[in-house]
Order: sequence, then structure tokens, then C-alpha cells
Amino acid sequence: MITKRIIPCLDVKNGRVVKGVNFEGLSDVSSPVALAKYYSDNMADELVFYDITASAEGRKLFTDILTEVASTIFIPLTVGGGINTTDDFDRVLKCGADKVSVNSGAIKDPGLVSAAARKYGDQCVVLSVDIKRVDGIFRVFAKGGRENTGMEAISWIKKCVSNGAGEVVVNSIDTDGVKKGFDLEMLEAVCNAVSVPVIASGGAGKKEDFVKLFKALPGVDAGLAASIFHFGEVKIQDLKHTLRKNDIEVRL
Amino acid sequence: MIGIIDYGVGNLFSLSSSFTAIGEEVFISADKDMLNKADKLILPGVGAFGDAVRKLKDSGLDVFVKEKAASGTPLLGICLGMQLLFEKSFEYGEHDGLGLLKGAVMPMSKFTQSLKLPHMGWNKLHITNQKSILMKNTSEGEHVYFVHSFCAVGCEDSLAAISEYGFNVTAAVEKENVYGCQFHPEKSGEAGLKILKAFCKEGRL
Repeated sequence: MITKRIIPCLDVKNGRVVKGVNFEGLSDVSSPVALAKYYSDNMADELVFYDITASAEGRKLFTDILTEVASTIFIPLTVGGGINTTDDFDRVLKCGADKVSVNSGAIKDPGLVSAAARKYGDQCVVLSVDIKRVDGIFRVFAKGGRENTGMEAISWIKKCVSNGAGEVVVNSIDTDGVKKGFDLEMLEAVCNAVSVPVIASGGAGKKEDFVKLFKALPGVDAGLAASIFHFGEVKIQDLKHTLRKNDIEVRL
Repeated sequence: MIGIIDYGVGNLFSLSSSFTAIGEEVFISADKDMLNKADKLILPGVGAFGDAVRKLKDSGLDVFVKEKAASGTPLLGICLGMQLLFEKSFEYGEHDGLGLLKGAVMPMSKFTQSLKLPHMGWNKLHITNQKSILMKNTSEGEHVYFVHSFCAVGCEDSLAAISEYGFNVTAAVEKENVYGCQFHPEKSGEAGLKILKAFCKEGRL
């Protein structure tokens, strides 16, 4: 049977890994290539690289780094950030990405998901959604979680999946950076709505949060986190041993 | 030298890099004269079966691959490249494959109703042929990375390893000099690199 996946996320700006708390106040962590190698050696199942650079030079630096990562690390790589057109898909797929994550790009151009799925296959298109409760309703936020689009999140996700998104990353703004555990209520609503793999993001603070996630919601396929891995608060191998002890299937 | 057959489907950068990482000389080409210089061939592939077969035929590479396989050149099909080795596929219609191995490709939805498709992620290998060359360095239960919605059936005579996903999924096949992996060895970490190494060392003392 397929294992639950543990995925470190590397936010890259100007060639360095950064991580924000609630998307604000970025702090430098480490070198992307070194960190990627470390994670791959320590049983990360997949890596997500998020390009948070705005400039053209930064973008070039990012694809250079991606190429270097893809030529030394042989696990699946997902790339996101600044993906607005199928040309952007092309740009990162050529550098060795296996999957491409779209967020604001899909909001700006509702045709992007279907165009990319037709061209590269559903398995290549990952929908990433930043969700926050507003008056008790799950709303989709854009621009790194700063702007309320007004769209209801579950119907947005269903629409994108029917257009060909092969996987959904659910990032809860409400729990992100708080380290009190994943947003189980939000994740359950998504799992009930779609049949593609669901990746939980936002809120992990300790190993037990992952145990709780996979125990409570068997429909969740993967747990994604950044700073707790980057700062060594949770070691991936250690986490996987704990999951296995709790009868959750993992790759070790 | 390893030759990766480029017939216009998918990106071959990671695949090529994985051979470099295990110390093999490798090149990517669509040119038969170039590919003739390779002592081992890789048939990659992502996307739809019908489309891939058409592209192989249009470039005349289907005949080339069949001739090379018949002349004893070790050939490794990966993912859709493995599926192309079989006689037929029932992926959106009915298509003829290369017919190098006995068996057909069917939608996995026929065999599993309750599980998510594509079969995507890390799954365990169970070795069915203990004499398998491809699995020579692999231990029972090692994890490899899969992404597919169709699978090979009726290939008992070439079966080397399976994975369990509601039913027994054909994971690796081999018969004489023709080899195939449904999973992506170039995305399966150390476990995958060991399988590529076994293929590269095949036939060498």
C-alpha cells in the first residue's frame, strides 16, 4: 500500500531558503541545494521548492538552483511560485521539476489548470490553496495569503480538480506558523470534497501533530512543513519512526 | 554507454542525471545513428499510450527499438516506456504496443474501485522472480515511486516484481534483454539508483 508522505517545503528567495511565520517576517535559513540533499538523505519523500522572488534575476537564480538540485537529488520535486502560464510550467519542468504547483496563477487565469493538465497530464498539476476562515466560511486568499479573493474554498478546489488538478495542497492561514497542529476541520472538508491526493500544510509543531493528522484523517496523503524541519525541531527519520509505531505506513 | 531514446514525450533531464550520478556515460538522442552507438537503451515515457506510440512510429523509432531488442541490446522501458513493450494497451481505445513482451495494459480502475487513482507515491516492491537481474541489489519491501493509472496484466512470464495497491500491480518485468519498470527509478532515491545500476551492469563481468 502507498505510504504517507512527509514533505519539507523550501521557500527560496535570491538563492536562499527562507521561512515566514504567518507569511510575514522572513528569516534566512540555509542553502537550498545543501538542505535538499540533507532532506533526501534523511528520508524526505518529496521536496517542494517555492520561488518567492519577484525579479527576473532572482527567477534565473531559482531555475539554476533547481537544475542543480535535480541533477543531484533523485526524489520527486514540486515547484511553485510565480507560475502564471504554461510557459512557466515549461520553464521549471525543463529544469527537472516533476510537478508544478499553482496558486495565484490559477486565480488570475481560471483556464491555467485545464491548459496545463491537457499539456502535461493531471499528475503534474498541483493546486495550492491558501485558506482562511472569514465569518466562519473558508475563503481563498491570494498574494501569499494577504488578499481575500472572496471565493469559497471548497467549491474552488472542486472546480480546479474537475479541471485537472491532480493533487491539492491545503494551506491553512489560520494555523500556519502557530505550531499547534494541522487544521483538521478544514482538511476534512477538503478530503470529503475531492478524490485526488490531499496534502496538509500549516500548523505542524511536533511529531504528534502528524500522528494526529493521519490518524484522524486517513484521506490525507501527505504532511508538508518548513521551519520545524529547517530548524531541526522535528527530524524526518525520527518522525517516520513515530508514525510507524502508530501503525501509519511510511517509507524508511 | 547508455542511450536515452528521445521521441518527444516528457522531460529527460532527471533520468539522464540519474545515470550520471551512478557513474555511467549517458546521452539523449532521437537519432538512430547516434542511438546505435549505445550499448544499452532506455525507453522513457510519460503521458498517453496512443500518443506515445504514434510519436515512436512517426520517427521510425518503433522499428529501430524492435530491431535493437531482437539483436540482443539490453533495453529498459520506464513507466509508459515499460507499458509500450507489451502487445496492446486499452488506454482510451485500443492501441498496439511494440509487442516485445507478452501482456496488455489496462486501466487500474478495473481492478480497484475504492483507492485513489493515479497510483501516486511510494509503494513497496515485492520480488516475484528471485533470479531477476533488475532486482539483484534490491531487498524485499524497498519503496519506489509510482505515478500511473494504467498497468500491465497477463505478463506472468516476464514478471519480476509487484506492488500491492488493492490488487497486485506489475512493478517490474524482464525477459532476456528486455526490461521494464512501472515506477520511476530516477525518482526513487537510493532504491531506484540501485535498480538502474543493476541494469547498467547487466551482461558485464
